[in-house]
Amino acid sequence: MSPSSDGSETRSMRLNIGPSHPAMHGVIRLITELEGETVTRVEAEIGYLHRAFEKKCEDSSWTQAIPYTDRLNYVSPLINNFGYCAAVEKLMGIEAPERAQYIRVLMSEISRITDHLTCLGASAMELGAMTAFLYLMKAREYLYEVVERVTGARLTVSYGRIGGVKADLPEGLEEDLPRILDAVAREIGEVDRLLTRNRIFVDRVRDVGVLSREDALGYSITGPVGRASGVDYDVRRDFPYFVYDRVDFEVPLGERGDTYDRYLVRLEEMRQSMRIVRQCLDHLPAGPVRADARGGVIESFDLVDRAKLGRTGGLVGVACTVPPTLGGSERPCHERILARDKRAALPAKADTYANIEGLMNHFMLVMDGHGVRPPAGEAYFAVEGANGELGFFVVSDGTDRPCRVRVRPPCFFAMAGLHRMLEGGMVADIVATFGSINMIAGELDR
Amino acid sequence: MNPRDDAEPGLVASGIERVVAWAQQYSLFVYPFVTACCGMEYMSAASGHYDMDRFGAGLPRFSPRQADVLLVVGTISHKIAPVLRRVYDQMCEPKWVVAFGVCTCTGGFYDNYATVQGIDTILPVDVYIPGCPPRPEAVLEGLMKLQTKIGRQRPVILR
Repeated sequence: MSPSSDGSETRSMRLNIGPSHPAMHGVIRLITELEGETVTRVEAEIGYLHRAFEKKCEDSSWTQAIPYTDRLNYVSPLINNFGYCAAVEKLMGIEAPERAQYIRVLMSEISRITDHLTCLGASAMELGAMTAFLYLMKAREYLYEVVERVTGARLTVSYGRIGGVKADLPEGLEEDLPRILDAVAREIGEVDRLLTRNRIFVDRVRDVGVLSREDALGYSITGPVGRASGVDYDVRRDFPYFVYDRVDFEVPLGERGDTYDRYLVRLEEMRQSMRIVRQCLDHLPAGPVRADARGGVIESFDLVDRAKLGRTGGLVGVACTVPPTLGGSERPCHERILARDKRAALPAKADTYANIEGLMNHFMLVMDGHGVRPPAGEAYFAVEGANGELGFFVVSDGTDRPCRVRVRPPCFFAMAGLHRMLEGGMVADIVATFGSINMIAGELDR
Repeated sequence: MNPRDDAEPGLVASGIERVVAWAQQYSLFVYPFVTACCGMEYMSAASGHYDMDRFGAGLPRFSPRQADVLLVVGTISHKIAPVLRRVYDQMCEPKWVVAFGVCTCTGGFYDNYATVQGIDTILPVDVYIPGCPPRPEAVLEGLMKLQTKIGRQRPVILR
């Protein structure tokens, strides 16, 4: 209690925000202590979306864990996929083929754009800018269509594979993508014009939720939130993985570390991501070589049907065509997107259907009790997730199931430092600041 | 027990009940209880491309008192379950519940100690939309199924 000038006393009030609150995207509970309108203490209670990620990974095989990684940061699932696969690859000493590396970078950046679009859209909507939200969702929809064309799913894609990616880029995507990126850039430009110099928006976010550089470092906050506070760290640049050392991009930095800087950093990162995607398209190693029709190319299902009937005469040496995306792949195509490593990568469907070596290899990788078996040991691999350093620490005891899969979720650290941004501010600013952090409950609570 | 089922036949003609049911059917106020991944598809379904507004369910209400459809979107863990139940209890009759996504239908592939194995263990559910997550088209179909169901019900008319 503190006496005011006229002798009356004000009493601090405790206010619960969440776990079900319109401005809490995801579920988290903020227990705040208020002195009038001023926030004096904030405590974040997490764990409302604990789905036992680590235990489920220990319960499943190395490849079965991939779908669980989709649902960590469900706004940018592709980055999670690739991060996990790269950690297992590091453990096994496999390197994905060059084309797969480029596809990974390309899809990671598309995922990063969708993540930032969602974050900016949702946080703008919470401040009342419904129009910006609708524009950004429109842009996100364009990219979801790309993701669907490539992976077959809009959101939970499971596109990464240990040793590469599931499938090659579909035909025509390389020609269409620049046009789609132009459309996305147009929508982002529209929102930029609507918000960046908008007096109402700037007044709500300028000098609100300030996080100092020291605090960002102290709480090991990375990603856009850290960079907005001036922490010049980006895993893509400082510890290049995949082919990030071959593309040219800039890492935007903020000066004040407030909500407005976080908004600007995200906006600029989307532009940089589009630059990376365009460069990847330019540098992408040549696409799959189609098997020629010499020797009678037949469809894979036809091959299987004939094999079932025992009509295998004349099938030796027959090339088999399979659609490059969902049905499987031809051998030349397959070799460009998956490492030639029989311990981890499924053989091309052409081999699985047509010869006994391929079939046995397939069998050994998919049957329970066999599967991928990395050597006993441990590995840590970090990628730049949309919210910061996303690390996977995998431990193998030499069996077909992970001994431990530990995730370093970028949100978790931002949530630890959340109170430094909110304390001393106004209660109405909690929504603006919280929205700018892009808390994703899936990766926060795991 | 559903109060609409045992409503005693009164003086009000069934024609009026049909009109009321028709009106309820096309003006749904949705409370999105968004917890996880499915929220992304809910956002897609609600915004421009798929436009849930075409079906009269465009305006989400974030207060349970003002909503009549509880859309449970995403995995429900044992920690959030009492909150969900409380939100449901706060809603006024008539109310309907839609289980959005396979986690809310059955627990999905989160068959573990932390997850509620289907929200129908804690609330009555009217429409199940499976999928992990369901596509926006599936969401719209679920919504239309709910509308058909509402249209068939005989609302209690106070008199």
